[in-house]
Amino acid sequence: MRILRFSLLGLWREWRSGELRLLSFSLILAVAAVTSVGFFTDRVEQALQQQGNELLAADLVIESSNPLPEEFNLQAAAEGLEMAQTLSFPSVVMVRDEPQLVQVKAVSAGYPLRGELLIRELPESPIVAAERIPQPGRVWVEPRLLLLLDLHPGDSLSLGERRFSIERLIELEPDRGGNLFQLAPRVMIDLQDIPSTGLVSAASRVKHRLLLAGPPSSVARFRDWSEPRLPDNARILSISDARPELRNALERGSRFLALAALVTVLVTGAAVALSTRRLVERQSDAVAVMRCLGAQSSFLRNSLILRLLLLILLTGLAGALAGYLAQIIITNLLSDWLTQSLPPPSPRPLLTGLATGAITLFGFALPPLMHLPKVSPLKVLRRDLGVVQPGPWLLGLSALSALGLLIYWEAGEPRMALTLLSGVVVLLLLLSLLALLLIRLAGKLQQRARGIQRFGLASLSRHPGTTLLQVCGFGLGIMAILLLAVVRVDLLSAWEDSLPAGAPNRFLVNILPEQIAELETFLAQNRISNSGLHPMIRGRLSQINDQPVIPENYANPRARGLASREFNLSWGIQLQSDNQIIAGAWWQEENAAPQFSVDKGIAETLGIELGDRLTYSMGDRSFSAPVTSLRTVKWDSFNVNFFVIGSPATLRDEAATYITSFHLEPTQEKLAADLIKRFPNVTLLDVTAILQQVRRVMDRGSAAVEYIFLFTLAAGLLVLYAGILAGAEARSHESAILRTLGAARKQLLGAAAIEFATLGLLAGLLASLGAFITGQLLAQQIFQLEYGFSLWLWLGGVGGATLGIGLAGLFSAWPLVVRPPIQSLRQTE
Amino acid sequence: MAVNADKLNIQVQARDLQKVVIGPAGELTILERLDLTVHAGEAVAILGASGSGKSTLLGLLAGLDEATGGEIRLFDQDLRSLDEDARAALRAGQVGFVFQNFQLLPTLTALENILLPLELTGNSQARREGLNALDKVGLAQRADHYPRQLSGGEQQRIAIARAIAPGPKILFADEPTGNLDQETGAQIIQLLLKLRRQIDVALILVTHDAELAQQCDRRLLLDKGCLEAMQ
Repeated sequence: MRILRFSLLGLWREWRSGELRLLSFSLILAVAAVTSVGFFTDRVEQALQQQGNELLAADLVIESSNPLPEEFNLQAAAEGLEMAQTLSFPSVVMVRDEPQLVQVKAVSAGYPLRGELLIRELPESPIVAAERIPQPGRVWVEPRLLLLLDLHPGDSLSLGERRFSIERLIELEPDRGGNLFQLAPRVMIDLQDIPSTGLVSAASRVKHRLLLAGPPSSVARFRDWSEPRLPDNARILSISDARPELRNALERGSRFLALAALVTVLVTGAAVALSTRRLVERQSDAVAVMRCLGAQSSFLRNSLILRLLLLILLTGLAGALAGYLAQIIITNLLSDWLTQSLPPPSPRPLLTGLATGAITLFGFALPPLMHLPKVSPLKVLRRDLGVVQPGPWLLGLSALSALGLLIYWEAGEPRMALTLLSGVVVLLLLLSLLALLLIRLAGKLQQRARGIQRFGLASLSRHPGTTLLQVCGFGLGIMAILLLAVVRVDLLSAWEDSLPAGAPNRFLVNILPEQIAELETFLAQNRISNSGLHPMIRGRLSQINDQPVIPENYANPRARGLASREFNLSWGIQLQSDNQIIAGAWWQEENAAPQFSVDKGIAETLGIELGDRLTYSMGDRSFSAPVTSLRTVKWDSFNVNFFVIGSPATLRDEAATYITSFHLEPTQEKLAADLIKRFPNVTLLDVTAILQQVRRVMDRGSAAVEYIFLFTLAAGLLVLYAGILAGAEARSHESAILRTLGAARKQLLGAAAIEFATLGLLAGLLASLGAFITGQLLAQQIFQLEYGFSLWLWLGGVGGATLGIGLAGLFSAWPLVVRPPIQSLRQTE
Repeated sequence: MAVNADKLNIQVQARDLQKVVIGPAGELTILERLDLTVHAGEAVAILGASGSGKSTLLGLLAGLDEATGGEIRLFDQDLRSLDEDARAALRAGQVGFVFQNFQLLPTLTALENILLPLELTGNSQARREGLNALDKVGLAQRADHYPRQLSGGEQQRIAIARAIAPGPKILFADEPTGNLDQETGAQIIQLLLKLRRQIDVALILVTHDAELAQQCDRRLLLDKGCLEAMQ
């Protein structure tokens, strides 16, 4: 009780005196940043997840080759979930005795449960979201079916034994999913019409889907219930089954957000370290007096820990509240940008915020604070006895462990954490090294300098510890600001550039080898540049290292799906510009030995490693080759890309069709019709809507990063303020003595300006270097983006820091020169 | 019996005390085989020139520092056998300090400064006793003032109130008038000696002012590391 009472009183008195203010603000800011980012990203991620669900047209989908047992429907109804069903299968429509292969999709009322089915009434009508499904006896079709069969809305076609009239044109199905390259055009009818077509019998190869939507808890409960009861032919589809190009964009967006949050935490860590140092210096006298008066170090230590825990709780709650409010305000500010309202946040970010506050305080502040109870009581008699500071290794290790933990926690992946952490470590080492050099240089220059220059430079070399700390603090603060002010803008624009305005929005599939020359001429005549013609061969992965690939052996449903379906394979000697080899080597020669290059993601999912031998089957034929390289692929570039590519020798002799992509302006629509007429067997796919979806994710991600930047900016300014305050006592005392000795106000202000401008110059130079290197590393290693040299980074970093910190130093020195020196002398006695 | 009674009466005793420090010019002997005994209720002044080691001696006797040789007993406890924490526990509530530079905590009010030693020992009557001590030094109306709002003399009175508040057995005063003008200094010494008598506490006063020292029961001169009795 005694210790609790003593600690509470102590905390209150310290807070009242303002001793804890800087430390508290730093902690509140760290927690506010993390929680607001947490709350916001939680909401954005939920929204993105919902958008992901739009790609499934539901919150949960069960796909099966036979109808699901009735108990699934009953259970879903018991959970209060919305339900819809779809049935899809390939078939043939007949028009004027002309057959055309189509993909039939029969849907029940309520489809889609999530997302929108975009349709038009006539080819020239505006696109609208469907509010119902096709009426009985009516059919909705993809516009290219009209082109292929020379049909018009209102015309009729036969499907099985039933005639349907064309009611609407389908522009975008939310759950088109992995069937982007579905060759046959879509035909959509009401599920109730299926029996009358006579097309589906028990033995038919059809795909049944049960679509479910509802509150997340009900969906999760249904998922848990259904997983052990799934028949062998059924599987649960998730967002990971959605299109890879969108998943890619979502992942990058999340990484940007995580990065912004991380930098904020990192900088507030520096502010905590700086303010703790000041706190320890100021508290050491009090501790010495208390030890004199009989306080044991264990009592002081326990009281200190208790106070810190109380401080974490109080600042944590204040920070979380501030974070929550900030998140509401900014979400409202961004409501125009966010195309849909965000769901409410979950409480998880609150806990993350509190834990972040604790880790930040313990990692950055505990080692110096724990040395406080060891202050010698003799300090009351001997002023020269300073505070025992922990060794730099202990300090560094503690701060790095905290940083590592926070970074890993926030980033959620070791590679990004390691990249950032090594960037910070290298920067801190560089900052320390150069700060030491500066201190030496200042010492030498000071002997030659005169007047105010001498005072300013002398100040740098007289307090080497403070100078070192200030350079590191300023450097980190400026680096944070630069990273977000310049590197952020560059990275975001590089990200958006990865999907330029002219990104391909049409794919041409099923091109026969003999049509290549004619097609290229057609495109050239119409001034349409394409992404190159790539051979495409379909094959199923049948063996890895001569062991048969059995889908059921994979636990991961995505792996099971990949193992059971056919792949589009290609061959060539030119590596696509948006592909990057990350392991092994790419073949360069036309006659290189048979070998494969595999997308990293799919290799990880299927457990394929460099050197493994893959066997693909096509009908009764099969071919094998070793994997000699792994690639990363930018799926969101909308270029033609393949999971698996072989060297020419591997696949050249197999029968292939060709694929290409190009950009078509809205004014060039007629060309599409001409193309279809000229090459009737070729399939033209329009991905404009998907492209827009990816762009929307990018815009939303950028908006969120912009917002989080405000916190990082605040953290950067706080660390700069803490840096200016570091050594303020000593400076106040020195100024007072100099003024007593007759130094003019102008001289003292000039000295302060020189001292801080020199610090700013050095910190700015190092921060620019740090931001440049970190930016490069992040761009290349994490975001796989090209990031060039930015003049603004260096100009802003060096010039801004010199000017800004010089001016800040000037302002901080102002009170010292306007108040009577005796006051300063008394205070520092 | 006489010996035991005398032993019980001794508050602090140094025998053969030695303090050597390592300076830039090598070893420096500050105290050399020094003996000193202070009894309960006794006021002893230690005089000496600047740098003669007066404050060092005070620090050693109060257990703030460790001797290089010899023995110190505080309240009949051999300080050599105690670590810093045990020495702190020994001081708690039994030793009061008055320093040249007051050593008031700038973030605490006058009353809170006085309460500090009482709160450290968990005294349940802390506030009442603190106010009582404040009253004794004539600054009851200054309870809520911060040190920076008080004059030097007032600050030293608060420091005296803090020293006597827990009812200590011994007071250590290190140049208590060193930062004050002569008149204020004289008032402070009068107050210190008056209160010491009132609560019957031993006092070790380190000073270079012979006039102040005159008012103590015994005067000792520290010179070249040794103590000599003065007339």
